[in-house]
Amino acid sequence: MLTVNPQLTPDKRLRHLLTTEGLPKAIIENILDTADQFVSVGDREVKKVPLLRGKSVFNLFFENSTRTRTTFEIAAKRLSADVINLNINASSTSKGESLVDTIDNLIAMDADMFVVRHAQSGAAHLIAKHVNAVRPNVAVINAGDGRHAHPTQGLLDMYTIRHYKKSFHNLSVAIVGDILHSRVARSGIHALTTLGCPDVRVIGPKTLIPTECERMGVSVHHDMMRGIEGCDVVMMLRLQNERMEGPLLPSAQEFFKSYGLTAEKLARAKPDAIVMHPGPMNRGVEIESTIADGRQAVILPQVTFGIAVRMAVMSMVGAGRGESA
Amino acid sequence: MQLDAEQLITVLAEKIGNTTPDIGVVGIHTGGVWVADKLAAKIGATRVGRVAVTLHRDDYATRGLHPQKNKTEFGFDVNGQHILLVDDVLQSGRTVRAALNELFDFGRPASVKLAALVDRGGRELPVQADYIAITMPLAGSQKLELTNTGGALRFEILEG
Repeated sequence: MLTVNPQLTPDKRLRHLLTTEGLPKAIIENILDTADQFVSVGDREVKKVPLLRGKSVFNLFFENSTRTRTTFEIAAKRLSADVINLNINASSTSKGESLVDTIDNLIAMDADMFVVRHAQSGAAHLIAKHVNAVRPNVAVINAGDGRHAHPTQGLLDMYTIRHYKKSFHNLSVAIVGDILHSRVARSGIHALTTLGCPDVRVIGPKTLIPTECERMGVSVHHDMMRGIEGCDVVMMLRLQNERMEGPLLPSAQEFFKSYGLTAEKLARAKPDAIVMHPGPMNRGVEIESTIADGRQAVILPQVTFGIAVRMAVMSMVGAGRGESA
Repeated sequence: MQLDAEQLITVLAEKIGNTTPDIGVVGIHTGGVWVADKLAAKIGATRVGRVAVTLHRDDYATRGLHPQKNKTEFGFDVNGQHILLVDDVLQSGRTVRAALNELFDFGRPASVKLAALVDRGGRELPVQADYIAITMPLAGSQKLELTNTGGALRFEILEG
């Protein structure tokens, strides 16, 4: 297992971003504060800052993604980096050796940063450990690895929550749906507990909640009407049919009946509760269409904030190598 | 030697003299903003802005990002605007270079003039101020810091 945390430098600065688990509170807060500065870059006449000028960012997507890849690309371009998008069909590469070979080839092309999306948990860690050994100046950002982590999504969710709720200290956050397959849920839970959120609830059917989930510092609910009671933030998750092995659910309709976010269920939360979803959304499966478009939904702001948060992470891992190298 | 920051602001305002009332007074975070706010009041300017230079600093590659919550804000359109850029201390000129870049990300001003309370020498770029309250050469090891205690500005010289 992972005994060292390769994402921090010896002096505890962000070197790679692989997971929100074990990420110090100060670094998370630093990322959110830095993102604040970048939110307004989109409003400028010149929507670019020169921080990563002359750097090459490789978007390495071994698994499909539109939103994440695009927002990473926009983030890198707003930082003036050159962006190279590689969509690598997962079936054409096997694990282990060939992944490292791919990385070595891209390092030979003078890559400065890898943004990695992979169906296998731990892929970004593997790459980070490898570059630490062969090219310490190269940074790795995990853009989602299997069921494990999606740290920039977790952080943009934190940014969104902080933006609307100001502080985490008195918040109740409900995370609803397919927890089992969700790296978004894991990254969110770790970040929320680190930031001092006292009440994190996960809500879903027994088949879609990992065993010993409580160990992550959350309470588990199977009855959504009760679980959502009085919460400030409702984070809906996508039902990940592509990751399901065997029948975990009777049907999408059944799921919607029990765990889909409807007006009736949302009425149990606080009146000013915000509704989040990492996308892509399955309307009528996880969330009622009118709620997705409703006044409490902050789903599109999440996308916009995601660019700023990714700019913050990239500018932090891409910086200051002069001293530590 | 003592530097009275408040008095230096008055001196600076006198040197600037009569100016068009629609000039945009833009302070450079953090010290320059404190000076700009007071200076604007003294010269009767109502358009006040502030620039944060973090995103244009030239030491990013070696020192990394300086995290700060300060943001660039203008209460006016930069395009076609006459601007007075204000900082507390002028030294290498690098901050001014970064501030100009930041400014131009928001538009094309009609003109930019530079005002600073103290010119301490040590220029590393071809930057000169249009208005300076006092010129006082300091050794590179000395630090000149403007502090703000409840709105009262004070200079402190720290021996390195």
